[in-house]
Amino acid sequence: MTDVFAAMLDLGDKLAAHVLLAASAIALGILVALPLAVWASRNQAVARIALGFASLVQTVPALALLALFFPILLSLRAVFGEGLPTLGFLPALLALALYALLPILRNAVTAREHMEPGVLEAADGVGMTPAQKLRLVEAPLAAPYVMAGIRTAAVWTIGAATLSTTIGQPSLGDPIFAGLQTQNWTLVLAGCFASAGLALVADWLLGMVERGFARGKRVLIWAGTSVALVGIAASLWTLYGPTPGSDDRGQTIAIGAKGFSEQYILARLIGQRLEAQGFEVEYRDGLGSAVAHSAVANGSIEVLVDYTGTIWANEMKRTDNPDRDMMLAEIAAWERDTSGTQVLGRLGFENAYGLAVRQDLARARNLSSIGDLRALAASLTIGGDPEFFERPEWIAVREAYDLQFRATRNFSPTFMYNALVSGDADVIGAYTSDGRIAADNLVILGDPRGAFPNYDAIVLLSSQAATNAEVQAALEPLIGAIDVDAMRAANLSVDRTDAEKLTPDVAAQQLARDIGL
Amino acid sequence: MTDASALLRFDSTAKSYAAVVAVANVSLDIDPRSFVALVGASGSGKSTLLKMVNRLVEPTSGRVLLAGDDVTGLPAPALRRRIGYVFQSIGLFPHMNAAHNIGIGPRIAGSPLADARITELLEMVDLDGSYATRMPSELSGGQRQRIGVARALAGDPEVLLMDEPFGALDPVTRDALGDRVRGLHETLGLTTVMVTHDMAEALLLADRVLVMDAGQIVADETPASLLAGGGGEIAQTMVAVPRDQAARMAGLTA
Repeated sequence: MTDVFAAMLDLGDKLAAHVLLAASAIALGILVALPLAVWASRNQAVARIALGFASLVQTVPALALLALFFPILLSLRAVFGEGLPTLGFLPALLALALYALLPILRNAVTAREHMEPGVLEAADGVGMTPAQKLRLVEAPLAAPYVMAGIRTAAVWTIGAATLSTTIGQPSLGDPIFAGLQTQNWTLVLAGCFASAGLALVADWLLGMVERGFARGKRVLIWAGTSVALVGIAASLWTLYGPTPGSDDRGQTIAIGAKGFSEQYILARLIGQRLEAQGFEVEYRDGLGSAVAHSAVANGSIEVLVDYTGTIWANEMKRTDNPDRDMMLAEIAAWERDTSGTQVLGRLGFENAYGLAVRQDLARARNLSSIGDLRALAASLTIGGDPEFFERPEWIAVREAYDLQFRATRNFSPTFMYNALVSGDADVIGAYTSDGRIAADNLVILGDPRGAFPNYDAIVLLSSQAATNAEVQAALEPLIGAIDVDAMRAANLSVDRTDAEKLTPDVAAQQLARDIGL
Repeated sequence: MTDASALLRFDSTAKSYAAVVAVANVSLDIDPRSFVALVGASGSGKSTLLKMVNRLVEPTSGRVLLAGDDVTGLPAPALRRRIGYVFQSIGLFPHMNAAHNIGIGPRIAGSPLADARITELLEMVDLDGSYATRMPSELSGGQRQRIGVARALAGDPEVLLMDEPFGALDPVTRDALGDRVRGLHETLGLTTVMVTHDMAEALLLADRVLVMDAGQIVADETPASLLAGGGGEIAQTMVAVPRDQAARMAGLTA
């Protein structure tokens, strides 16, 4: 437990970012919901459409809603220009504000519907203008109900904001997702406690304001509002106030990482080298494959480690399988022509997808190549990471070897290996650079038909970073420097669950020493 | 024809909702300082006729003139500030104390009332100054309607409109408040139009009784002439109710 509290103390920046994101989303939600509620109270059709839309938004899972804003904002660049951010704060803000809309709108509309007709008639009867009626009668009478809606919205928004990690917005979701990927439960608990604590505090403060409105006690309204505003101001100060001992020379470089340990380690390795050159660095962890690639292509992040086969199949939609040099050359040309992204070079190891089985199954059934699975597949369950079964490589493998498994199951990369060991899956789409393959005594089945493409790890620089000689110089020494054994050792050091477990940060320092940098 | 000195004039005023005629072509003059009762069964159109004066209901055709001004030619808020309005559900603002409720009209018109005037208004409806800070939820029904009457009088209105003002009150309170309003009508020189379904109340308080049926005015008499058998069949059916009750009660004491 003391570890959890220690970890929570390190979350200052994440907490501040979380507070600002949630507060902005709630504020935007209020800003949209209240005028809409006023309009809805004067027009039945507006009320129906607005409430219907808000309810519909609620039915979309928060994670999907956040993810959907990436393509929406990407297409809006046609209108607002290339400067429109597609990852990070803006999409998170918009998605969460939409989410916050319903409780506020519904409570405001309900409060207006349940207002005593006699009171409204009296407001007209004494000669109030519509604006006076709104300000002097409707607003004060609706206020406690609206505050109750804002309270609900605040609790939802603070919870859902943890998911904005997946679209590259720092939040208390960062420790949760990072902890989940690296089996660091201390980090997961720290993120959960911090987020839940924040929600409780917000609920308590807004509840105070609500009681203030209901009982006509200004003191409660001011006290609740002031403390909330102080919290927001403190968050702003934490993130944007002057940092002691820092100089403003360095520009900030955003480094992306997909949601598995190797990516966290490599992002830190890159970040540490850039920091050594005086750059400020921020990490956008836990991105999905497609989001991560688009992010570097459109400049939302500056640096990303990607894999040749992933770009080849997912981004270029290629189904042929040339040798690795030709593939790399074509990818480099394609990246340069489509987005100006630079392929800096190979890191030196391959992290291919490969089908892995337990050693006992391989021995018992005499399995050595993917083709050997064919007769057996109908009785086996295959597990993969959340994107595996949607990827063109899997479809290519399935067709090349004519595989029909009994069932397919998705696991987060962390749990996929556990699932294989525990028997929840018989075969998994493993990563060949994963340290757990050796640690768990797994067998990677051969791919004689070459259905899985090559997956050399390569460093991508956004078009802007590509013009920055200092960035290039800082990262150049990594090219060709990391062999698969070094990467496996580093991955295992993060993935292991015993006392020797390292954080990605420390593992990156260790890796740098191992490869002589 | 109509009298040029009328304070309130209905000129072929009509109101219909889709196919339903609520008020059919009413022409009527109401003199300054008169106390007029509009009596009729539910759905006879009496409330609709009343609400066309302060434009809570807009006429379908015809006009309503207040002191010679066509009411539809005035902005509704400005018009309503010239008219006191008391109605059955009272409609006190639950988040304002009695003083704020009473002073709301002058306040929104930009000339808030002094505390002394609030006290004076409270005393007009037989409440002492200590009621100023009471919230509506702390008052009885009768006390609330007293505040409602004080609120209607706060802006020195040209006309006092009352729509079933005592309908929800207990009989004792109802009688006392009726007398109080009649007294204020005299002392303040008000022009009052009261809608009621209670003929006894109309006969006792008003000096002119209009009987409405199916959107038309079917009788326009003084209480004395109604009690003497005037006003036609519908009016007499209504007058018969309190008269019979009085006779039966007289029989009980005999």
